[in-house]
Amino acid sequence: MSAVATEPLIEAAGLRAGYGAKVALRELTFAVGRGERIAVLGPNGGGKTTLFRVLLGELEPTAGTVRRPERCGLVPQTERSRLDFPVSALDVALMGTIGRLPWWRRPGRDERSAALAALTSVGLDEQADATFGDLSGGQRQRVLIARAIVQDAPVLLLDEPFTGLDAVNAELLERLTASMAAEGRALLIATHDVAQARRWDRVLCLNERQVAFGPPSDVLTLDVLEATYGGAIVTLPGSGAAILPAHHHDHEHEH
Amino acid sequence: MTATLWHALSDPWGQAIMRRAFAEVTLLAVAGGALGCWVVYYNLSYSAESLSHAMLPGLVVAALTGLPLLLGGAAGLLIAAGGVALAGSVTAVGRDTAVAVVVTTLFGLGVLLALSPETPAGLGNLLFGDPLGASDGDLLLAAATALGVAAALALLHGRLVVVAFDRTNARALGVAPLAADATLLTLLAVVLLIAVQGLGNLLVIALLIAPASAARLLSRRMPATVFAGAAIAVVAGIGGLYLSYYAGTAAGASIAVVLIGALVAIALARAAAERTLTLARR
Repeated sequence: MSAVATEPLIEAAGLRAGYGAKVALRELTFAVGRGERIAVLGPNGGGKTTLFRVLLGELEPTAGTVRRPERCGLVPQTERSRLDFPVSALDVALMGTIGRLPWWRRPGRDERSAALAALTSVGLDEQADATFGDLSGGQRQRVLIARAIVQDAPVLLLDEPFTGLDAVNAELLERLTASMAAEGRALLIATHDVAQARRWDRVLCLNERQVAFGPPSDVLTLDVLEATYGGAIVTLPGSGAAILPAHHHDHEHEH
Repeated sequence: MTATLWHALSDPWGQAIMRRAFAEVTLLAVAGGALGCWVVYYNLSYSAESLSHAMLPGLVVAALTGLPLLLGGAAGLLIAAGGVALAGSVTAVGRDTAVAVVVTTLFGLGVLLALSPETPAGLGNLLFGDPLGASDGDLLLAAATALGVAAALALLHGRLVVVAFDRTNARALGVAPLAADATLLTLLAVVLLIAVQGLGNLLVIALLIAPASAARLLSRRMPATVFAGAAIAVVAGIGGLYLSYYAGTAAGASIAVVLIGALVAIALARAAAERTLTLARR
């Protein structure tokens, strides 16, 4: 591979960010390359959202440096979507094109084609005309991913996308993240699921600072998880495996 | 029978004053009905009511001093905005309370001025409107407002949708929520300033909120909701003029009554349709 191809998409060095006088995140030094899936682990309030806001360009670092693409795509939690607003799945996917258009231009045929292609790539082409609020949680999550794909961003930030999904939809989403990474995108996925994080390329543990960053086999140790989640870690007797108690998940799983 | 019905429908429009009222109400209904849908989805109904009430003292002072009502209304809005900002900066008060205190004070002051025995007759129209008194200038302003609002809503549709649907993440999609809010509030202020002269300070809010709330019950997509809002406002506005003509009631109040009646009728019809569907599925 050429030097350009291997150049990281995101590179943070000594990054610190916060809100006013309050420092929310500090000591961040990591790099993310094309095709990587990065699990971002941390407790609620640990700095995951702050990191995403910095990468989206919404929040300026107060110290250190960060190199990021001009545009990052964001996939928010579907539970926070507005379900009473009258839009179709295609309308939502089309929102990914708005930022690239001048303010006076409405999405045209090209933008609709791109939105439809993105919906097809997430397996929802037949639901393009369905009302967003009528879709299942898993389908809504995939529509939001389609919206991020339409943004045509090299980096996608996924905010706890597996929260609230049943096993079938979670499996579908896992395959989707793998295929998006295979296309050369870098994915930063905020999650509380340690078992899932083990399957991805690298793990970034945050607890108001960078606790650890590296391959899952190096990072996902009991010491690191305890430092990340404090006393919230539960060790399974005899297995040495660490799991998080249920209250670290914001929502119940679908049945 | 057909001839009688046709006569009843066409009779009011034989008078020039009614034709002018028809044009004024139709133009204001297009602007108010369409904009109202965004006002409702942006949860700005309370702001719309507050703005409309807060401009009353400015309108009354303009009417008393012979200044253009537009100027008075605009000054009233600016004073209200300054008052809200000032009261809101007192941390012990809170923004909601600040808006309520400032708007109630301004509205009370306006009513006091408008209903004082010293005040010339006719200022009551500022409260309850007088679409039958539309001048050429009023019609021109209403036409420009309808065109301007329709053009702005059409051009900015995509951006308004993004903020209404996903305000938290709109910036990540390249849309500034503040710009969308500022655009909507500016359009709202303009529509209130123009429409308040025809429909009155107390009743103008019905034009913005009732058709939009009814359209929300009927439509599953935002463009259809906006068209339905405008259509309901136009039909109800004209219905109000018929009511005023045949019942001999005040035109502004009649329009407001029909607008609210349309909302209630559509809500009841939708509830009945949903019930029928539920029973049919069993």
